[in-house]
Amino acid sequence: MALSKVKGTLERVLDKNLQDLVRGIRNHKENETKYVAECLDEIKNELRQENVAVKAIAVNKLTYLQMLGYDISWAAFNVIEVMSSPKFTFKRIGYLSASQSFHEGTDVLMLTTNMIRKDLGSQNLYDAGVALNGLSCFITADLARDLANDIMTLMTSTKPYLRKKAVLIMYKVFLQFPEALRPAFPRLKEKLEDPDPGVQSAAVNVICELARKNPRNYLALAPLFFKLMTSSTNNWVLIKIIKLFGALTPLEPRLGKKLIEPLTNLIHSTSAMSLLYECINTVIAVLISVSTGIPNHTASIQLCVQKLRILIEDSDQNLKYLGLLAMSKILQTHPKSVQTHKDLILQCLDDKDESIRFRALDLLYGMVSKKNLMEIVKKLMVHMDKAEGTNYRDELLAKIIEICSQSNYQYVTNFEWYVSVLVELTRMEGTRHGRLIAAQMLDVAIRVQAIRPFAVAQMAVLLENAHLLSNNSQRNGICEVLYAAAWLCGEFPDHLTDPKGVLEAMLKPKITLLPGHIQSVYVQNIIKLYANIIKRAEGQNGLAGVREVGEMLQEKLPIFIQSADLEVQERACCMVQLVKYVLKSQDKDGDTAAAIAEELAALFAGDLNPVAPKAQKKVPVPEGLDLDAWINDPPSESSEDEDRPVGSSIFVTKDNNEGSFYHETAKVKVPDMTPEERTKAKEQRRVDQAHNPNYLKGDVKKSASNTSADGNLGNSVVELDLSIPLRVPGLSSSDQYMKMEQSLRTKKAGKKKRKKRKKGGNDESDEEEDIPQIHQVSTVEEVPEGAEAVSDKEEDGGDQRYKKLDIDLDEPLRPGEILPVRTHRIVPDHKLPEPEEQPKEKKKHKKKEKESKKDKKKSRDSRKEEREKRKRKKQSIPGEADEPSLLKEDHEEIAGDNTPLSSPRDKDMPSRGATATNSTDKMNDYEFWMSSTDAQSPAHSEPQGKPTTEVKVTPVQDITSGDEAKVDTSAHSKKKKKEKKEKREKKEKKSKKSKLKAGDYEEAGGITTPSQEVVDPSQLETPVTAKPMSSYRLLAENASIKMMYETRVSPQRGDQLILSVVFTNLTPHLVNNLEFNVMDTLNTKLSRGMGQASHDAVQVPFVLPAGLSNEGQFAFSVDSLVQPTKLRGTLTYMVKMAEGSTHEKVDFRLTFNCSSFMSALPCKSSEFASLLSSGDLTEKSTMKCTPLENSFDVSLLRICFYNHFKVVEKVEGSASLYGRSIQGHHLCLLVKYNNGEITVDGKSAEGALLSNVLADIKTVLTSDVL
Amino acid sequence: MIKAILVFNNHGKPRLSRFYQYYPEDMQQQIVRETFHLVSKRDDNVCNFLEGGTLIGGSDFKIIYRHYATLYFVFCVDSSESELGILDLIQVFVETLDKCFENVCELDLIFHVDKVHYILAELVMGGMVLETNMTEIITRIEEQNKLEKSEKAKLDGTPVLIQTYETLDLSILNELREKIAKM
Repeated sequence: MALSKVKGTLERVLDKNLQDLVRGIRNHKENETKYVAECLDEIKNELRQENVAVKAIAVNKLTYLQMLGYDISWAAFNVIEVMSSPKFTFKRIGYLSASQSFHEGTDVLMLTTNMIRKDLGSQNLYDAGVALNGLSCFITADLARDLANDIMTLMTSTKPYLRKKAVLIMYKVFLQFPEALRPAFPRLKEKLEDPDPGVQSAAVNVICELARKNPRNYLALAPLFFKLMTSSTNNWVLIKIIKLFGALTPLEPRLGKKLIEPLTNLIHSTSAMSLLYECINTVIAVLISVSTGIPNHTASIQLCVQKLRILIEDSDQNLKYLGLLAMSKILQTHPKSVQTHKDLILQCLDDKDESIRFRALDLLYGMVSKKNLMEIVKKLMVHMDKAEGTNYRDELLAKIIEICSQSNYQYVTNFEWYVSVLVELTRMEGTRHGRLIAAQMLDVAIRVQAIRPFAVAQMAVLLENAHLLSNNSQRNGICEVLYAAAWLCGEFPDHLTDPKGVLEAMLKPKITLLPGHIQSVYVQNIIKLYANIIKRAEGQNGLAGVREVGEMLQEKLPIFIQSADLEVQERACCMVQLVKYVLKSQDKDGDTAAAIAEELAALFAGDLNPVAPKAQKKVPVPEGLDLDAWINDPPSESSEDEDRPVGSSIFVTKDNNEGSFYHETAKVKVPDMTPEERTKAKEQRRVDQAHNPNYLKGDVKKSASNTSADGNLGNSVVELDLSIPLRVPGLSSSDQYMKMEQSLRTKKAGKKKRKKRKKGGNDESDEEEDIPQIHQVSTVEEVPEGAEAVSDKEEDGGDQRYKKLDIDLDEPLRPGEILPVRTHRIVPDHKLPEPEEQPKEKKKHKKKEKESKKDKKKSRDSRKEEREKRKRKKQSIPGEADEPSLLKEDHEEIAGDNTPLSSPRDKDMPSRGATATNSTDKMNDYEFWMSSTDAQSPAHSEPQGKPTTEVKVTPVQDITSGDEAKVDTSAHSKKKKKEKKEKREKKEKKSKKSKLKAGDYEEAGGITTPSQEVVDPSQLETPVTAKPMSSYRLLAENASIKMMYETRVSPQRGDQLILSVVFTNLTPHLVNNLEFNVMDTLNTKLSRGMGQASHDAVQVPFVLPAGLSNEGQFAFSVDSLVQPTKLRGTLTYMVKMAEGSTHEKVDFRLTFNCSSFMSALPCKSSEFASLLSSGDLTEKSTMKCTPLENSFDVSLLRICFYNHFKVVEKVEGSASLYGRSIQGHHLCLLVKYNNGEITVDGKSAEGALLSNVLADIKTVLTSDVL
Repeated sequence: MIKAILVFNNHGKPRLSRFYQYYPEDMQQQIVRETFHLVSKRDDNVCNFLEGGTLIGGSDFKIIYRHYATLYFVFCVDSSESELGILDLIQVFVETLDKCFENVCELDLIFHVDKVHYILAELVMGGMVLETNMTEIITRIEEQNKLEKSEKAKLDGTPVLIQTYETLDLSILNELREKIAKM
């Protein structure tokens, strides 16, 4: 030990390990870079050494440095060296480093393929684990392609740890190599029902990720997920599934209807907040996608809203946040339900947490009404004053504008108030929303004609105080409002009280500091103002002052001419000339002067209407105009300067220096034009101009509003304006309006008439409040004539990567659509095992798919049985016990396939031969599942669900819960039992809640894949070495046909028994015209179709091709079940041979023993005890026997399996069992095992039944074959 | 999907960074800085969700974090993850660290960042949640540690020490074999 210590310290002295590096960096805080540079040099040295251990330490250190931001890509090759070490320790270091630093651009990655393949196949579990982990981070398209097959193999590993990882990494493989999706999908789907919860969760995870991007392709999986949702207890899985459903419901409204009930149940029952929240979210998604047709639609919304309220009220900020988040989703479709919780949401606005305030803000938009708008805005403005950080303030500002302007200012009753709010908002510092405020000001002033006088007055004040606003001249800053102010003052100068003052304010030299576009608006509007001043002066006949104004302009306008902004310069030049001209004409006699005023004003005549958004886009293309056609003949291809604009070259040669490209093209074009074209062009231009918002038009559309009240209103505004002290002189405060509004409201009753009701017939018919809008908003928007109602939707381009995964998964695999398998490219005639593997692999996939499909239909062909037998045999062979290799199994299957004689699995082949039918079948399943919303017709499931195996529509229709029955008794394999158990448990639950749900569960079950790996946990407890059990018994057999049968019952139907018969054709010929008949007894009758007599035979609705088998079901109605029933029957059929057909028949005897009517319902020991002590079970009976199997466990299993009982409790050597007949008789058994002898004590209310069942049990235990 | 997992201390010093999407090193540093900036100015009694990281993702992405003593554990996730679920996952992660390091503190993370990575790898793989069951995670980590130790023992085995180590070595190996056989 001492030596090792010494050695350790020695090593330390020589090499720095990671800890030393970290320590060193901490000790060299002041010159870290220098120290790290030294370390990097050392690391480079270490990497040059031969010893892998040293290299590994170096790489480990590099990984750390990478975290600190140092580039370590130069060491990629060394990382790979370390990865390839056989030692796990080093390998892990290498893979970690690779996962941190490698990416798609790392070129050495292509060296790793074989190494990773080796690691994936490693005997050491963790080597493969580490490799998968690393690969998940740096997988490239090449790696994905080359390794997909190896990962597929790992998906079926016997170790859940590897399966889990392999399943998860498949998502990354799909992303990089989309072609792998289809071949791999069946196996992935299989993993959804893996016995290991981790693997299952991983599969759900992957499919959810896939489905999130391309939900439509995964709709067909909905039934499976539905089943998982109702059966899984893992919250992680549940959350994922529920989230997935949230993505699927918009595509399939029927799914939503199905979901709503189980989700509501979950909401009621779960204690996990995360699950609760996701449930609510999905319910909301459902409610959004299906607005009607769901029973209890409103109840569901109410439930969601209530639960959300609880979340929001919670002291946990996280829940509060999420509650608000979900609430905003409800708001979109059901605003009313949310509005009832206004108080709560307003409260959240005051929360100290910014995230929560943001969320509450989102909701506010739905909270406002005419009544509370002012209040809410006031509140927001107070917040704005207090808020730190411009981000939140900007958000608030945008929100204020959003809620006020929503749906055409629906909630704004007083626009003076709103303009004041906007003006107040301009005082906010550092906002980025200047443009937004400006746009609002323009919009309001243009569309609300009545507000113009007030708005213009306010704008004038703004202009006079421009210095306050222009400080912040950044883009989109608050100075933008000056743009609006200048334009409004210029456009509506009639409302100005002191136009001269405004003009002066607009000519202040500081203006030149403003952004160019604002300056140009200034220049333009200065002239507009000037025109107005002249006009006014003429009215008063005093031109003296006007001249001064003109001179002032002439003096001050030139500052704009020096502007760096071209447009400002151009406009200013123009305006200066114009002013000069005006002044000149004013110098002349009075007449011209008067005329000039009018002329000048005429320049700016006309009214502006708002232009509808995207109006330009909506201009219809005139007939005969082909936008794609060449205007000129395309330049010849050979021409060398084809890329050069045609115009410019011609222009240079011909026209020397004037003009532009446009002139030139026009010139070129003109000669080509025919007179018609020219008129057309003219017409086109006219239309364009008419629709161009920048063109003033001759004919002015008057807005519909009544302008007669304008004067009135203007006066009142002025009064208000003056009477209230303001912060900035002339600026009104929004508060005053609020107070006014409030006082109005309180006095409403008395002073109703005093309200400013200006619009005559336009009373608001808003039922909740009758606050009239004082000003009317013009909703006129200019839209080009003939514009079609084009949807404004714009498709957004999704991520290309995910688009590639938009693959139809239902379509069956094409031949050759397989994962690439590594092949050796050597001499072609020397076949290596690998290429051989390829077709097998392919087959395997196909098979998988088929299997899953088959399973879906729950066809219980005996092939499976055989396979299971094989499996079990294998298990019982001690050496092979643990690893039933899937590959082997597949080999066997293939072998079985090739044998010409009808391994029974082939029976389905004809119906599945054509791939098309295959997928339609599947589709039918899904469609059917979807369409059966409630349990009205579970029996209908049969005909559609398994078209090949159904007997005849009529008899089965009698069976109202046919598939239930099937599930219940059948079970020719142990595995079925688990499913059965689940079902029953569910049924129990369900029956407690509501009967209606029956259909849901049945259908869900009907579609599912009874996973091969699922083993009943209770059976795992008892090590079973029993022989395979099957409840299929021989019914009859002759040279040409063989019939096996089993009985099934459903606890829901006390008077019915289903007989399921597998017909196997033993001849090499076709067998058809199968007719099944039974002599009815008083007690038991075969259910025949409507209108058929009691002795008519039932037609079996299929034919049996040579060597195939198929299953048919027949229902019997049963009166009493306490005695076993024996029936005689016949089957007649035709054998079609080449020489002709022969008519044959086979007789059989059917026995329905009493155990057939039992169903193994779970029973808790407490229930069991109370049942025994209740005194209801009066009859007793005892049976003793010596079982064939010398094991108590096996005997017990046999009783449970064949006689349909359930173990309630089991202790050493004895067990209590419970079973119930379909007519509700309770049977309690106590089974004791003593020295190879079994004693069964039974108790029941029905003595005959009990003794008959006990007799059955004895047969089961003592006879070998049934 | 989880886009990134970051651990940094109260001063913004990175203690672990795990990106499940490639960013160049300088970008990674920037993301860490930005995230720290966003997270650090929040009180401890506010909610654990944050929007508005501009560098990672965009509107679809959320920052979900927890603050333990001197460390921030930050997960950047997209909308396919459940917010509360991720919070639970962070808790599982931290509890696992606590178990593996026996009362974990910042120093453990500073000096054993590689081990933290190995632990994290058992929880999250390639941006997807791999396992949430803590006992399972710890078993896996312990088995790997044993494997590492056994390898180290072989490596260090100078002739003098063979006796002491060989016995140990064998027992560990046997144990491992048994475990693997059981699986």
